[in-house]
Order: sequence, then C-alpha cells, then structure tokens
Amino acid sequence: MPYVTVDGETVEINGEKNVLELVRKAGIELPTFCYHSELSVYGACRMCTVEIDNVGLVAACSTPPADGMVIHTNTKRTQRLRRMVVELLLANHHRDCTTCDKNGACKLQSLAYQLGVRKVRFGERSEMLPIDDDNPSIVRDPNKCILCGDCVRVCSEIQGIGALDFAGRGADTCVTPAFGRKLGDVECVNCGQCVAVCPTGALTGKSETEAVWNALGDPSKVVVAQIAPAVRVAIGEAFGKKPGEIETGKIVAALKKIGFAKVFDTVFAADLTAVEECDEFLRRLTKRERLPQFTSCCPGWVKFAEQHYPEILDNLSTCRSPQQMFGSVVKRLYAKEMGIKPEDVFVVSIMPCTAKKFEAKRPEFIEDGVSDVDAVLSTNELGLLLKQAGIVFEELEGQAFDRPFGLTTGGGVIFGVTGGVAEAVLRTAATSLKIDLGYVDFKEVRGFQGLRDATVRLGDIELNLAVVHGLGNARKLLDAIRRGEAKYDLIEVMACPGGCVGGGGQPQPNDTESRKARGKGLYVSDKMAQLRSPGENLAVLKLYESYLDKPGSELAHGVLHTGYGPRRRISGDIKINGTRPGALDVSVCVGTGCYLRGSYDVLQTFTKLSDRDDIRGKVNLKATFCLEHCEDGVSIKVGDRIVTGVTPLNAEETFEEQVLSKLCTDRVSCLCGSGCTAKDEERTRR
Amino acid sequence: MGKEIQQVFQRKFDKVNSIVDKHERKVSNLIAILQEIQAEYRYLPEEVLTYVATALGIPPATVYGVATFYTQFSMKPKGKYIVKVCDGTACHVRHSEKLRYLVREKLGLDDSKDTTDDLGFTLETVSCIGACGLAPVVTVNDDEVYGQMTPEALAIVLDQLIAKERAEQQTEEQQEKSDQRPARNGQAKELDDGKGCQGC
Repeated sequence: MPYVTVDGETVEINGEKNVLELVRKAGIELPTFCYHSELSVYGACRMCTVEIDNVGLVAACSTPPADGMVIHTNTKRTQRLRRMVVELLLANHHRDCTTCDKNGACKLQSLAYQLGVRKVRFGERSEMLPIDDDNPSIVRDPNKCILCGDCVRVCSEIQGIGALDFAGRGADTCVTPAFGRKLGDVECVNCGQCVAVCPTGALTGKSETEAVWNALGDPSKVVVAQIAPAVRVAIGEAFGKKPGEIETGKIVAALKKIGFAKVFDTVFAADLTAVEECDEFLRRLTKRERLPQFTSCCPGWVKFAEQHYPEILDNLSTCRSPQQMFGSVVKRLYAKEMGIKPEDVFVVSIMPCTAKKFEAKRPEFIEDGVSDVDAVLSTNELGLLLKQAGIVFEELEGQAFDRPFGLTTGGGVIFGVTGGVAEAVLRTAATSLKIDLGYVDFKEVRGFQGLRDATVRLGDIELNLAVVHGLGNARKLLDAIRRGEAKYDLIEVMACPGGCVGGGGQPQPNDTESRKARGKGLYVSDKMAQLRSPGENLAVLKLYESYLDKPGSELAHGVLHTGYGPRRRISGDIKINGTRPGALDVSVCVGTGCYLRGSYDVLQTFTKLSDRDDIRGKVNLKATFCLEHCEDGVSIKVGDRIVTGVTPLNAEETFEEQVLSKLCTDRVSCLCGSGCTAKDEERTRR
Repeated sequence: MGKEIQQVFQRKFDKVNSIVDKHERKVSNLIAILQEIQAEYRYLPEEVLTYVATALGIPPATVYGVATFYTQFSMKPKGKYIVKVCDGTACHVRHSEKLRYLVREKLGLDDSKDTTDDLGFTLETVSCIGACGLAPVVTVNDDEVYGQMTPEALAIVLDQLIAKERAEQQTEEQQEKSDQRPARNGQAKELDDGKGCQGC
C-alpha cells in the first residue's frame, strides 16, 4: 500500500485525492478558507500550505499525494506563511468585528486568533463599497469578502445557477452578481448556500429579530410562532451541542419565556401539506394529467423553476408550502376562532432557510396588505434571539407545543430532510387508499445521494418517484425529462443539499457531516412519533371537519393552494433602433424560452419591417429579457400589451396586426412624435 | 442625446447574432465573441452581454467576469478615435505626462472622464506598446503610430484629427437629414448646439 509521512507519522494513501485529505486523516486540522470537499479545488487561500521534502511549500488541497512523500505541516515557514496570509487578508477586510453579524462565528476571526495574529501592520481599508441588502434574504457586504470563491463555486457547482462570480482584476477583483447589480435583481433564488459556506461576514442572512422584538413589545399584537422541523435538530449547535440533537421542548419553553403567546409546530402544517399534496397527486394520477407532480414546499426551488423551467410550472403542486399554509390557517381561521383581527396576529416562523424570508414577502401570500407570515427567523437568528434575552438554553425544561397546531405526525417531521416529503406523501397515500403495507418507512427514498429514484407499489398502483436535492441535480433531472429520457410520477425537489437540514439559515459548520447528523435526528424523531402518517393527524382531520370540508375542496383551495408564473432572471433591454420620444415601444422577448423558440428570427423580421420608409422612426424596437409569459411561442410587447404565441412564421402577420394597426391611429392624432405626415402638415401650417 | 449614441443603437443587432452563430455558440469562444462585438459596438453594452449569455447558455455573471477581467474590453462607450498615450518607463522619462495633459486639454477630458460627450474621442494610457525606441509614443486607433512626440507636434496631429472627425460627423448628419428629414428636426438642432461649443 502506498503511504506518505505526515509529521513523522505514516499514513496510507487510500484513494485520497489530495494531500490535505491525508493530513486530516492523520488527525491534523489544517486551516482552510477555500476548501470544501463538495466543491472543486480552488487553491486560492494558501492556508493549507505544507512543506514537502524535496518539493518545498505547496498548497495541500491542490497537491495529489505520491508514494513516500514526507510532509511537514507545522514548520517555521508554514507558520510564518499562514500568519502572513491572514494578516494580508485582514489588511483588506473591513474589521468592524464587534458589530459584525458574523462575530463569533467568523472563520477569519477565529483563524487570526488561533494563528496568533495580534497586529495588522497595514492600514485600514480605505474605500468602502456599498452593501447590498435590498433583497429579503441575503446581505452582501463586499468589504468583508476575502475572495475565497466558496460562494461562487457553491452557486454554480452545487446549485447550477451562477448568480455570483468574480469580476475585475488584480486589486479591483470582487465577487458580484452580473454587471454589479444587486442580488435581488438577478437570478439568485435566495437559497443561502453562499451564506452557508461564506467564512466571513461578506454574505449573511438578513436579520428580522428587530421586527420580532418590536412585535413582542407591542401589547396590541398576539405573537404566534411556528417552528420548522429542521430547526429542532440544529438550534443546539448554537449552544455548543452536536448537530442532530432534538431540542423541540426547549425551543418551545424558551419562546414562551420571551413572550410568545402561542408556540405551534410547522410540522402540523407539513402534515396538512402532505394530505393536500397527496390528494392532488392521486387526482392527477387517476386522470393521468400534469405528471410528474413536483413538490412545491421549497421556495428556492419554486423560484428556480419560475426562472429556468417555466414549462413545468403547471406540474408543480399548487399546495402552498407548510410555512404559508400555517400562516394562512392562522390568519384566516384561527384568528377568527379566537376573535382577533388578522392584522393583530403576528406570525413568526422559525426556519432553517433564507428563501423562506423571500417566500413570506411574495405578493401571493399577502392579502389586503396583511401578510400571512409577518417575520421569518432563521435558526441562527433564533439562537441570537434567545441569547439576547439571556435564556440559559441548557437549563430549560422542555414544554409541549400549544394546541391545536401542536399535534403532529412523524411524516411531517421528516419534511426537513431530503426524501421526507415524498415519504410523507406515500404514507398519506397508503392511509387514504386504506392500504396496510405493514410498514411506514419507505427507505428507498431516503439517503444523501443527489438524485435517487424508486418504484413503490401501493396496492395495484405502481409509482415512479424521484428525489433530488441541490438545484444543480434538479437541473440535470429536468434536462433529462426535457429530452424524454426520464419519466416519473412524483418528484421531490429541495434546493439545498440534504434538504432543509442543510438550509442557508442553519448554524455553521453547515457541511455534509452536520447535515447528515441533523437528518438522522429527524428520522429518530419520526420513529418516536406515535402517529406516523399525516393522514392520521387528528388536528388536521378536525380542521377539515370544522372549516375546509375535505382535501382538495374549493374551501381548501382558497386557503391552502396558490399558483406560480414565469419570472425573469435579469432585467434589461437592447435598443435596436434607438429611443424616440413618443414612438411606439415594441419589445421582442429574447429570454431563454423565447430564444429557443426562434425569437431571434421574429426580431429580425420586425427590424426589417420597422425600417420601412413610411413607418421608420415611429417604432422603438427593443429586445428584452423575458416578458414572463413563457407558456406559448415567442412573446412580444406592444405598448403596454403583451402578445404571446408569435412564431417566426407568423411574425410578419403579427407585426401588421399588432404594430401597424396602432401606428395608423397615431397618424391621425399625431402622437408618434416622429414625423408622420400629420405632424409635418401641422408644422407647415404654423 | 448625442447623435453617436443614436448610431450605436442603430448598429444592427443582427450582427451580434451572426457573431455568436459564427462561433457556434461555444463557451470556449467567449473571448473571441466579445472581441468582435466590441469591434461592432465599440464597447460591450450590458444587455448585449446578457444576450450572449442567453445564447451560450451560461450565467450573465460569468460573461461579466470575463468582460471585466481583460483590459481590452470596455463596458463604457468609447470614442470613434482612441488616442493611446504610452506611459511605459521609456516614454515616461521622456515626458509622456505632458502629452497626456495636452490631449486632455484639447478634448476637454479629466481624471473621471476619458471619452468626449459626442463619443468622438477616447484617451487611454498604456503601459508600454513595445516601441520604446520611439519614446514617447502616441497611437491613434492602433493603426497610426506617432513616435518621438512633442506637445507641439501632437497638437498638430490632434487638430487635424478633430477637424477630420467633425467633417465626418457633418457628412453623417447631412446624410441622416436627407434620409429622415422630418423626423430629425429637433435632434439635429440639438447636435448643432453641441458641436458649436466643441471647438472652443
């Protein structure tokens, strides 16, 4: 067996791809900023530099191991080099550590301490770049970026999006969305995986703790909490515990202590989601329509589908996510029952997720100016909230959730881990079809593999399922479906690797190991539950009995369902023939969907036609990036009206019908402002 | 609005598409695609880069990254004539600084502004064009090289260039007027005004 020597100790090479893995195998924790085992090797931070005999100083992460290598990890030279790297990084870093959101959880801070950097010999950063905090989920502070590129790689390699990339060169290099725009203006889906990997305070979740404290201090508000499943297995980490420890009782007790009127469980809403989604699925299955059905619990996935795969939006389950079902039920039904006005109930949802913050602010979930969910706290923010209140977490005595939305089943609990929603739907289907399988665990959909598929038999129905996590994997699956290479009945998609347990709002380290441990915690919690199938949840059944009739009823649709539409990834127009004031604006969509359907040829035809002598100068022709009507043919916009279904073949006809007809009326009233006959005559007269 | 900007709009967008097609919409040809688009537009407009990203099936942030990495690419509109003053060591010690200030003064440019409003001229400094024997060197559009320049000599070159550019502008204007007389009345006037103060 080939081997290397790490600081005098012999370590066997057993498939390790780089020296860093071998060093870690030898029990030495080399510091790194830019190395993540799930991402490609970048070798930029140089923190993992080791000294190899006859080679010299090399970055361990990007050096393949060779038989007989003699590696020294802790020499005078490596120490000096690491300290220097950190000092130089600090020289360019906005060092407002005491007031930084990442204070105490920052890798740069802890490594500077660990390596003994006690003085930065260089000045402070002189030029401050603007902070991007316009979107509801993520705050980007470029002044704290150390250019490790973790966010860039996680966004493109794991999520398949690439909303962030390096721009500029040398001292001007920065990580930014396209054209220096804000994250909220580009294709970012708010999943927060960049936040999960960022070693400094350059990318953080947007905090809403202030709004929660304000509500708690407002006597006119009844503050109600809902806690997502993945939070209970991660919050302990904020108080020094291991990932995966179940802390449900303590969270309830702590929230009661700081003044929440009611503490409910999002798992109840997850049960409700499973029941609705199962009903929807069985209906579609009977009619063989809109299959495969995609889950829609994950707001990161929903936005991704809206932007990148508008053609499958019809196949998305119309069920709201558990968070939004909960908000809707509390504001519309519970408030009425309690005799409180919906605007006086303040719903705080505690989520492992940054995208949930975005979801809560979607217009679909705001009725008459009242949001279904008023504030979303991440697991990290919950930890902070409790610390601010001086809660000694370890000493709390657990409490049970409040009724009625505290009664839950194991099926709802596992919504927090990849495969869980599919499994919950399967359990519910078995219950509703009255099939006794003798077991409730569908182990075939569990696991951490990026894409898993399974065939499950329920009575005489055979179901093909796929479970996918990480949007990059979702993209691969969707492309395979597009090409007709894959066929399924039900597909569960979670944006974050591992599902919600790996959400962007979870404590760091948020790596595969922690995610697995958290997932395991949820499966334990599921196993301990008395009721396992969401179809058996008595509180859910009671809700139907009292208010919603039955799953899939019209009433249930009003409260628990929604719809999604295509969404543009980036804004911008290409001006084809100038912008004349008063001329008719005509835009042709060149977003991906329309582009693939030949929008370029349509544009070409329009350019030619608008160059005709009699109408030249009366049309402002533009190419635009997505008119958000991706369903049929190429979309165009004439004035304020969107026309869909244009093809290269009917482009000329469309131009005559939609554009020329408008110009004729302009000719009479002379509004086009670009020199039509009427205007000339008028001018001559004057 | 300057007439030049109008013209930039009018540059046929289909050219972009033929460039992208010519390079088989391959990501590996991105730099070549950007070079040709820049030759067409004289800069890289954001929206066109987004279009290129769409056509190549890559994120716009990636295209932006490439466009900002290389100094040969510009995301700001550039003038028709690009005057490069070399400020490499050899040119610098032979007073290229004076040449730079002269160009600025002649064209009304300063630290924050390197292109004239009518998009006629852009001033760039380069760190050696490899003609140190001719120091100090000034080039125009990379095809005319003026070696061993003095401020006096450069003033003559610039004056000629400005006169040439103005004449070209006038011809284009006239052509456009005859093309589209009624439509452009307001515009042409505005341009006349703009041009009036240019020479002073």
